Order: sequence, then structure tokens, then C-alpha cells
Amino acid sequence: MGLAKRIIPCLDVNNGRVVKGVNFVELRDAGDPVEISRRYNEQGADELTFLDITASSDNRDLILHIIEDVAAQVFIPLTVGGGVRQVDDVRRLLNAGADKVSINTSAVQNPQLVADATAHYGSQCIVVAIDAKQINSNDVSPRWEVFTHGGRNPTGIDAIEWAKKMQSLGAGEILLTSMDKDGTRNGFDLALTRAVSDAVDIPIIASGGVGNLDHLVDGILKGQADAVLAASIFHYGEHTIHQAKQYMAKHGIEVRL
Amino acid sequence: MTDIAIVDYGMGNLRSVSKALEYVAPTVTIIVTSDPATVEKAERVVVPGQGAMTNCMRELKKRGLHSAVLEAAANKPFLGICIGLQMLFEESEEGNIKGLGILPGKVLRFPPSAMATPDGQKLKVPHMGWNQVHQTIDHPLWQGITDDARFYFVHSYYVETTGPVAARSNYPFPFICAIAKDNIFAVQFHPEKSHVAGLTLLKNFVNWTPHYADQAR
Repeated sequence: MGLAKRIIPCLDVNNGRVVKGVNFVELRDAGDPVEISRRYNEQGADELTFLDITASSDNRDLILHIIEDVAAQVFIPLTVGGGVRQVDDVRRLLNAGADKVSINTSAVQNPQLVADATAHYGSQCIVVAIDAKQINSNDVSPRWEVFTHGGRNPTGIDAIEWAKKMQSLGAGEILLTSMDKDGTRNGFDLALTRAVSDAVDIPIIASGGVGNLDHLVDGILKGQADAVLAASIFHYGEHTIHQAKQYMAKHGIEVRL
Repeated sequence: MTDIAIVDYGMGNLRSVSKALEYVAPTVTIIVTSDPATVEKAERVVVPGQGAMTNCMRELKKRGLHSAVLEAAANKPFLGICIGLQMLFEESEEGNIKGLGILPGKVLRFPPSAMATPDGQKLKVPHMGWNQVHQTIDHPLWQGITDDARFYFVHSYYVETTGPVAARSNYPFPFICAIAKDNIFAVQFHPEKSHVAGLTLLKNFVNWTPHYADQAR
């Protein structure tokens, strides 16, 4: 027995509410972030990830208050991402009670931010989020490109090379989302997950596409992910975290029950 | 009178530790402080720590907290967490720096050559997530915590010591994840992030009356 594979529910937060959309459109309200965090904590979530998708700058500080509230009553690791542009944003989120901060678009625009943030706060609290899309139709030797701005802007950067570069700059973990799979409920992009997991030595969180519990199992066993992230299968009560873990355990995956 | 001082030497997030202690001990005064005098006056001391040990040791000295931490480790209930465990030892491979030298031993990086499961699967570093903690001694801080309970870890270095071990974990080899000596208890994992098991350990620390080896108190 050893290290357990992790299940991480993801809360997309817009203007102080948890929402879920397909590719960030058609947002549907899923509830109060503090209440949902408490519920997932009770169900045995291994960590929680908050993605702040608030567009209006007026409401950007809402996430800090939410994290403060959650951190006072939920004692598992909290990751927060969305709109992190400078080291000072990292500091403010950590001070509010985040344990890790996830950097996505700003890592592409300014890779030095990852180096500076890890030098200052340590690799353990810097997650680099990569949104990747397959750019050829060759499934024998697929290639994936990094996209920014919630998957809207192509960068020309190869996702595998990018993951390696982020590791070398000090990132402690990679949150890997397939733009092709996100919102489809057809399962993770397993080839992408596997390729990135093989390419780096830091943990990989698989994200994008979970529609049932078998997808979680596949992400670990076939994708070789260290953790699996999902939103909608938990938000709308289809499955509890505990059910998901029992199902994974039944398939021989070590989990924290 | 401060009941518990959490030593703040400017390295990362101490809010988690103070929030968790407030949660298990609502009537206790808990102060996050970088003032050596406050640490000296506190009844109990917690030394957390994140990031690189090199930076932690530098900041500790820069802020004049070095001797206050040594003093606390010598004579009051002392809880070290993560780097707060690692700095108790003589030296670390991380930046080849000296620690406080309170306990014999050194801090080593998980060796890349060893990081695979018996069936050949790669193990990632940092060791990040929930692992089982196998208690090797009876101790008041383990009270109410099941042997092999899971705690949350995130670290790339571990301690090797001939000193007093309180628990081990496996990744993939057994490594020391808790030590206990007199008034000192120190853990590699993060009790403040380890749900019920972690909160139980923190509550046990708040209620702990250590036995001292060389003096009656």
C-alpha cells in the first residue's frame, strides 16, 4: 500500500456562484461554493479545485472571500486558478487560504511568472494548468497544441514540450485539460494524458470529459494520471465522491476511503 | 499570554495551520508571529514550513527567530510540520545547507533511480497526496488516530535519522514521516490539510503534556 490516487471535484466559480457550462458557454448554476465544498469534503474529496471564471474585474475579489470561508471549515488542500497574472496574485490567494495556485494563460504569456512564483513560494504550491487540443487527425502519432484564454487562443506550442518546460521552471503539478473532451462527457483524452504523464516526473491531474465512473478508472489505469478531476458528475448528484472511490477501489486503484 | 505561537518566517501560507488549530481549540489563543519574544512567551510552539529549506533557514536567521525556535524545541511542546520537521536535523541535500542540528540525521531527496513501483510504474516527485502513516510507537499525539490512517503529503525530500522515529510511510521504500523526542513531535505530512486524522493530531498537540527526559516540570 502507498500513495492513493486522488479525486478532485472542480468548482467553476462565476460572480461568487458555482456554475457549469460546456466550453464556458451556457453557464448553469450549480450552487453556493462554500456549501458545495463542505459537501464534497464530507464525501471524502481528496482536494478541491476552484476555477475563477469571473469576467468582471469588479467581482474578482469575491473568490478571496470564498476561499477564506472554505479554508476556515474544510481541512483538505485547496487549489485556486483563474486570472493569476503576477506573483502578488499568488500571494493574495495563498493568504486567503489556498494551498496551491494554478496558472494557465499567464504561464504562456510570461513563463518567468512560474519560475518566480515557485522560487518564492515553492514548487508544492504552483500548479500549471494546460488546455490542450489535438491538432492532427493522426491517432498513431497525435500532436496536441496549448490553447489559452479558456481554450480560445491557439499558441503554436506543443503540449508535451510545454509540460516539460513547466516542470523545468519549477511547477509542482500539471492540471491537464483536453479541450476536445471538455464538456463532452465522453471520457478523458487518454492518449494525451498518458503522453504528458510519461514525459514528466511531476504529478498529472487529468481533466475534461468525465461522464461516468469508468472514465475516472480509465484516467488512472490507461492515462496514468496521478489524480482525476471532474465537475458535473458530482455537482448534479449523479454520483458522490465516495461512490466514485468505491468504484475505483473495486478496479484495483488505491484510494483514500 | 499566548497559548500557541505559530512561527512565521515569511515562507508561504500559515493560515491553514492557524485555521485548523482555531477549529480544534476555539478557546485557545493562537498567534501567527515573527516576533522572537512572542515565541519565547508562548506555551506551545508550532513551526510549519513550505518551499525550499534553503530559503526557510535563511529567513529564520534573518528574522532573529533562530534562537527562539531552538529554545522552544528545548523546553516546550513543539510541533514541526514539513520543513519544520526537516530543519530539526543536521543538514539537507537541498542546497547543501545546515539545519538546526537538534536531532542527528540528514534530509535527502527521493532518488530518481528508486522512483518506481515493483511492477515498473513511474512514481512522481513531489510525493503529493494521501499516504498511509504507520505508527512505530505509542504516543499521545497518535491518540484516536487509526494506525495506517492516511495523511496529506507534499514534499520532495525526506529525513534519514538514527533518532527517535514515530511513524513511517512508503514511497516506494519506507521513509520516516514522524519523529518524537521528549517535548518535540514533528511530521513530514500536513495535519492541517489531512481532514479528520489531521485535526485529531492537532487537537492532541493542544492537549499534550510531554514527559521530559532530563527534568521534572
